Amino acid sequence: MSRSLLSPSLLALGLAAALPVFAQSHAGHDMAAMDAPAKATKTPVEPVDHSKMDHGATQPATMDHSTMDHSTMDHAAMGHGSPAPTEPREPIPIPTDADRTAAFPPIAHGAMEHAPEINSLLLIDRLEHWDGKSSNGQAWEATGWIGGNINRLWLRTDGERSRGRTESSSLEALYGRSVSPWWDVLVGVRQDFRPADSRTWAALGIQGLAPYKFESSATLYMGSGGQVLAKAEVEYDVLLTNRLILQPLLEATVAAKDEPEYGIGRGLNKVEAGLRLRYEFSRRFAPYIGISHERTFGDTADYAGDHARDTRWVAGVRMWF
Amino acid sequence: MNTRIPPGPGAVPMPSRRLFVQGLAAGGVVAGIAAVGVPQRALAAATSTPRLAGAPAVLSAPRVELSIGESLANFTGRTRPAITVNGSLPAPILRWREGQSVDLFVRNTLQRHPTSIHWHGILLPANMDGVPGLSFNGIGPGETYHYHFNLKQSGTYWYHSHSMFQEQAGLYGALIIDPAEPAPYHHDREHVILLSDWTDMDPGALFRRMKKLAEHDNYYKRTLPDFLRDVKRDGWSAALADRGMWGRMRMTPTDISDINAHTYTYLMNGTAPAGNWTGLFRSGEKVLLRFINGASMTYFDVRIPGLKMTVVAADGQYIHPVSIDEFRIAPAETYDVLVEPTGQDAFTLFCQDMGRTGFAAGTLAVRHGLQAPIPARDPRPLLTMSDMGHDMAGHDMGGHAGHDMAAMKSMEGGCGASMGHGAHGGGSDTASKAPKHPASERNNPLVDMQSSATEPRLDDPGIGLRDNGRQVLTYGAMRSLFEDPDGREPGREIELHLTGHMEKFSWSFDGIPFASAEPLRLNYGERMRIVLVNDTMMQHPIHLHGVWSDLENAQGQFQVRKHTIDMPPGTRRSYRVRADALGRWAYHCHLLYHMEAGMMREVRIEE
Repeated sequence: MSRSLLSPSLLALGLAAALPVFAQSHAGHDMAAMDAPAKATKTPVEPVDHSKMDHGATQPATMDHSTMDHSTMDHAAMGHGSPAPTEPREPIPIPTDADRTAAFPPIAHGAMEHAPEINSLLLIDRLEHWDGKSSNGQAWEATGWIGGNINRLWLRTDGERSRGRTESSSLEALYGRSVSPWWDVLVGVRQDFRPADSRTWAALGIQGLAPYKFESSATLYMGSGGQVLAKAEVEYDVLLTNRLILQPLLEATVAAKDEPEYGIGRGLNKVEAGLRLRYEFSRRFAPYIGISHERTFGDTADYAGDHARDTRWVAGVRMWF
Repeated sequence: MNTRIPPGPGAVPMPSRRLFVQGLAAGGVVAGIAAVGVPQRALAAATSTPRLAGAPAVLSAPRVELSIGESLANFTGRTRPAITVNGSLPAPILRWREGQSVDLFVRNTLQRHPTSIHWHGILLPANMDGVPGLSFNGIGPGETYHYHFNLKQSGTYWYHSHSMFQEQAGLYGALIIDPAEPAPYHHDREHVILLSDWTDMDPGALFRRMKKLAEHDNYYKRTLPDFLRDVKRDGWSAALADRGMWGRMRMTPTDISDINAHTYTYLMNGTAPAGNWTGLFRSGEKVLLRFINGASMTYFDVRIPGLKMTVVAADGQYIHPVSIDEFRIAPAETYDVLVEPTGQDAFTLFCQDMGRTGFAAGTLAVRHGLQAPIPARDPRPLLTMSDMGHDMAGHDMGGHAGHDMAAMKSMEGGCGASMGHGAHGGGSDTASKAPKHPASERNNPLVDMQSSATEPRLDDPGIGLRDNGRQVLTYGAMRSLFEDPDGREPGREIELHLTGHMEKFSWSFDGIPFASAEPLRLNYGERMRIVLVNDTMMQHPIHLHGVWSDLENAQGQFQVRKHTIDMPPGTRRSYRVRADALGRWAYHCHLLYHMEAGMMREVRIEE
């Protein structure tokens, strides 16, 4: 604290009683004139002169060393042999039984209420109408979790309707555990309701926020009949403003086995690229428009026939609860 | 002026009363409008005299009865439930004298919820401290708790609920203790300036919202146009390097406060800015302003355009006076400030939030009805890597207006994809500052960042206040008016790191949230040192109950006595603790939602 900082306003205070105190304390910390508890010290930096302090009379009587647990003190950490007093200037009061009773009253279990450890989120990422080359319909994708900071139950669903019929729909229930600040490992099941007879998959995956804030997930599905699918998805938010947000999305699926009856060819079989522009009227409610291009490859493309590639206009809403 | 409540112990439990608090969106109104369906008689029982907005009752008898209940408040145009003391928001001002012994009968008239009152910064027996689960069992509905303690100190303090989110709902008030000896300064008149944040949301729902989407209120993220502007100004490589660094950390430099004016209305003495709380003065008088930050989540930057302020006490304790233009007040801190208004009939008390999203404001005036211009908010600050203790090259902490490209570029290695390794990177010149991180932080999903270069930074005005042309109070400028009252060197040292995960909205010490943390044990009578290292990008006011926190200077010497130590991101600060109060004490971040999310420990002082 510099003197120049203080002087003008202090003088302005213009109080006879106060001025000497302030003036002296700035001119080298001579506290002698003050009513401060410590009466006999020089500057705080210099060694304290014990001879002027009234330790002899008060300390032995008020300080019971036997009650102190010196074993836990780290004397090595003190080091540097400072000449600071070894006894406190203000004596430590000796606790009475009444003090002890007041210090540790009986506490009922659960007396402290806590904020909920279990929380939840339901994010309807896409709920949209689409209009394609030769068809139109609706689609959805939603994610939800319930749980704590580390362990969560995840629910994921997606599906598509075309000309009033549900073409595909699935629901996943996964146990997710955070293994690092940004990544969760997921294990669970996926149930397809469409197409064909409902098929059940075991699912194993990771999801999280990759560096540069790419919202990412990759999941391996092991289904009946020995089929294995791998699906990866990446999303990114480009902020045009803090409410107008462009979201590119890339999704790819790879299959281990050729399954004509399901329209699945071996290898990379489907890539979907989307670009959606949403406006966040509030964080919870954001309508969007966009374009989505879906392309199938290899045998999958053959099975898909006319639908091997499709570009769709989409309009929908993103919400969370 | 005491407001008497029906007596406590033995009385028939009264039904919960819903009272109308003198909140307002604009203009000054008087309390006394009963809510629908509430008999006027019940209202009259609790509020014997209608009170002007922003003028809570002053209770100064040694025996005080406080009734905690639900009231209706309207600060935004919408009538919402609040939790109040004697129907008042803020709660009545308690005013006593040092050396007095006081009895408080605190009655809970809430229908369903237990409650509590903690006397912030007051030295008292543990069972009077008012923390449910540590000090006592809380006050159940219909119950009355008898607080009794002796006032061993003087100064400006406050009190608030320590139960769940009741503080956010309105349960806070000023507590003033006049000194037994004359103060080392003179003043002609005084005003309590209690700042707070109000939300129309249910505070519990707000907590749940933070868990779902912690970035909800950050509408200031850098956009594509901002990026293009930076490219134009700094070039592609610099702009990309900067975005890359933040991108790898998955963080955003506009994240100044978790909750801001998108959710909050800021209040001065329970009055929104439109209500223009007014404190009177006569020209030439020396006016003592007792600033208290009773906000749940808001840092305020306070100034009075046209007036120099002289800070004479911090957290209730005298300091060597410091003449300043502006000060930052963390939640739970108090500052006593002398001003000498003259030459104008009105001065604006301008208290903008740290993120520059809003403000609380009022007026010092020679009579009611006057107003001085309200200044524009300052530009929004951006966090830098230096702010967060990732500055491996630069050392100048005081002067970063926004971008220190040199420092940032050098961080590309050390500040990489996983911040967890930051501590081990960097040049040798920073090795001495590189903190050792506790093992519990390693591979901990609840720790999203670690600082790699930390300093006390006591002379740093803080983010958004550097080089603003005004003299800003810093911790480095404050020195207690007295010597270290204990004097002993600390016998041992405990280092704790402030940790968190922004996105999960999980907060902790050393990566261990309160629910799974062991108590810190202090030995009765010992003098020890607590070293805090902030490993998060947020600022945290840390409050230790029961005993003082004697902040040390950079050389480890006693500097200023406080009850709440503010910890900006990237700082390492130490303070001495004299363990002279037996019991179980709360130790926590005073951002309410951080505390509830786990940034809390029990400190147990035992023989």
